[in-house]
Amino acid sequence: MLMSSVIKVLPLRSSRAHEACGPAAVSFAAIIAGQMQGSVLWISERWRQEQVHPEGLAIFCDPSKLVFASGTDQTEVLAASEEALRSGAVSAVISTLSKPLDLRQGRRLQLAAETGQSTGLFLIPEGMGSNAAETRWRSNPVYDAQDSTLMRWDLIKNKSGTLKSWLVRWDAEAHRVSVVHEDGK
Amino acid sequence: MQKRIVSVWFMRMASDRVLRAMPAHGPFALSVQDQNTERLYCLNIAAEELGLSRGMGLSDARALCPDLKTIPANIQSDQAFLQVLARWAKRYCPWVGVDGPDGLVLDITGSAHLFGGEAALLDDLRLRVTRARLQVCLGLASTRGAAWALARHGEGIAPAGQLQETIAPLPVAALRIQDQTAQSLQRLGIRTIADLIALPRATVTRRFGRDLLLRLDQALGTQPETVSPLAEPPQYTVRLTLPDPIGLTSDVMAGVERLTGSLCNKLKAQEHGARVVQLTCRRVDQAHQQVDLRLARAMRDPARIVALFEPGVDKIDAGFGIDQMRLEAVQVEPLPVAQITHIAQTNPDAIQDLITRLGNRIGLENITRLLPADSHIPERSFIVAAAAYSDPASSWPVLRDRPLQLFPPEAIAGSGRAPPQQFRWRRMSFVTARATGPERLAPEWWFQDAAWRSGLRDYWKIQTLEGRRLWLFHTPQSPGWFVQGEFA
Repeated sequence: MLMSSVIKVLPLRSSRAHEACGPAAVSFAAIIAGQMQGSVLWISERWRQEQVHPEGLAIFCDPSKLVFASGTDQTEVLAASEEALRSGAVSAVISTLSKPLDLRQGRRLQLAAETGQSTGLFLIPEGMGSNAAETRWRSNPVYDAQDSTLMRWDLIKNKSGTLKSWLVRWDAEAHRVSVVHEDGK
Repeated sequence: MQKRIVSVWFMRMASDRVLRAMPAHGPFALSVQDQNTERLYCLNIAAEELGLSRGMGLSDARALCPDLKTIPANIQSDQAFLQVLARWAKRYCPWVGVDGPDGLVLDITGSAHLFGGEAALLDDLRLRVTRARLQVCLGLASTRGAAWALARHGEGIAPAGQLQETIAPLPVAALRIQDQTAQSLQRLGIRTIADLIALPRATVTRRFGRDLLLRLDQALGTQPETVSPLAEPPQYTVRLTLPDPIGLTSDVMAGVERLTGSLCNKLKAQEHGARVVQLTCRRVDQAHQQVDLRLARAMRDPARIVALFEPGVDKIDAGFGIDQMRLEAVQVEPLPVAQITHIAQTNPDAIQDLITRLGNRIGLENITRLLPADSHIPERSFIVAAAAYSDPASSWPVLRDRPLQLFPPEAIAGSGRAPPQQFRWRRMSFVTARATGPERLAPEWWFQDAAWRSGLRDYWKIQTLEGRRLWLFHTPQSPGWFVQGEFA
């Protein structure tokens, strides 16, 4: 895949649970969903008023491969995520969380992802990561004089590698992420 | 053994049905719209005694009888009611057919003695129907035609050997012939069936066609005629009764497996698939435990259904043991046999099963898909459809630059038509670095939408120095600035 040649850590390692935070976490999730082969399940709590707009999403990912689910509270969201990850019927599960995961929950989700060989991506509030996650990303939008989707992706946790930061932009024609700048630690 | 047929004619079935629910005194009629006129469809006795008749214009009837009560007829409900009566009539014999819009035909051959003879059977039938406040005429004969004739024209029983003698004095109209034929026969002076029998057959055929003599022969029994019974509606229920109570999950699952197999065979025979399956376990203490399974797709694959039952069966409280299990497909849908193709599909079954399992946990309506819709209003340019009842869209037209996330409009401080240079949103302050717009959207006047009551909207894509790219709009008709979305 083109993206992997540029950013070594992408696409996200399969059979693992990952986390993303920051103001542009949804954009990060949309790009990850676009790179997946099969269907993607997007689970969130029902009280959330933010709605993914399919016309905006279509630049990154075909909206028809997304299935959305909503639960009444975080427990239901986590239960549904675990079930979906364990079944392996979808290639990725994206869950929007509002409370921190404890170790037991994080480990359960990690095991479920391993069983089902699918990728879990949890969109968490800033600073509420779980220790069980394979990688954690922070995604921030960056101002660009041109009209673009410039973002800063910081890999802030990585269980099997080093941490790094990238300045990336979505290339709509090539349908891939193009790296503007890369700096390691 | 000679056949014995009962013809049941509910003379005023439609009006009786309505009057059963709302009793009314005085003249009453049902009306039906027929080529721009309202006509009387069915009347009660009081209305008929005043000289009104079926097919009469409603305005004429009103002129004759100013206090006539009428309501529009509901022919579908009448037909459904007749089906109910047919099912009820199976208490007399298993062979019951529907005869016209307001009649039944019963083949009581060999079942009359169960009710103490033919006359007793008819009395019983009449008593029960009258108690249900329906008016009925009954005819019993060895042929269907003769029974019909007797029911419509002066009730009675034609004893086994005297069929011809009994129906001979009846008018020719009793032969189930067209009104036009009956009138022509009347004009020729042939008023009764006896007159018709007396005529030479060749001339009758030449004058009236074969149909008249066929009807006559059917009434007299020289031509056979059968009663076609109603088809039994398919039942998608299977039951398992156990000699000893069971309690282990594995035992219950084995029972479910056996039941599902036979249920799916039934579904397959009818080319149907189950949408909602219900498992009822009766315990030895007569209590019931129920497991409902709502499926994301109509299906009849036993292995898949059994696997989906597992979480539900785990939760059953077996108490002192379960001794009866009942599996019912509560809701079924047509599911034709599908061609298996070599084009490899990316296992659509797996995701359907996942939707079923998640649906039984969080509700099937909470699992959705987005489908394109034809509207320029951002909130309405897509539909949120239940994933279980829709297929993914084949292609997505992307015509406009739209944000990735959309939320209900949040007001910000701002004035004037140009986007604010600085603003605060969600307790963060932003400096506008670049504004693209405006894109003016007008509300769809054909929809009542409270959110768009403020009129036109001028949408701007704002790139802030802080990095976030927001979708703002200004309402010129009732000035104000709002944030409605965020771009990637």
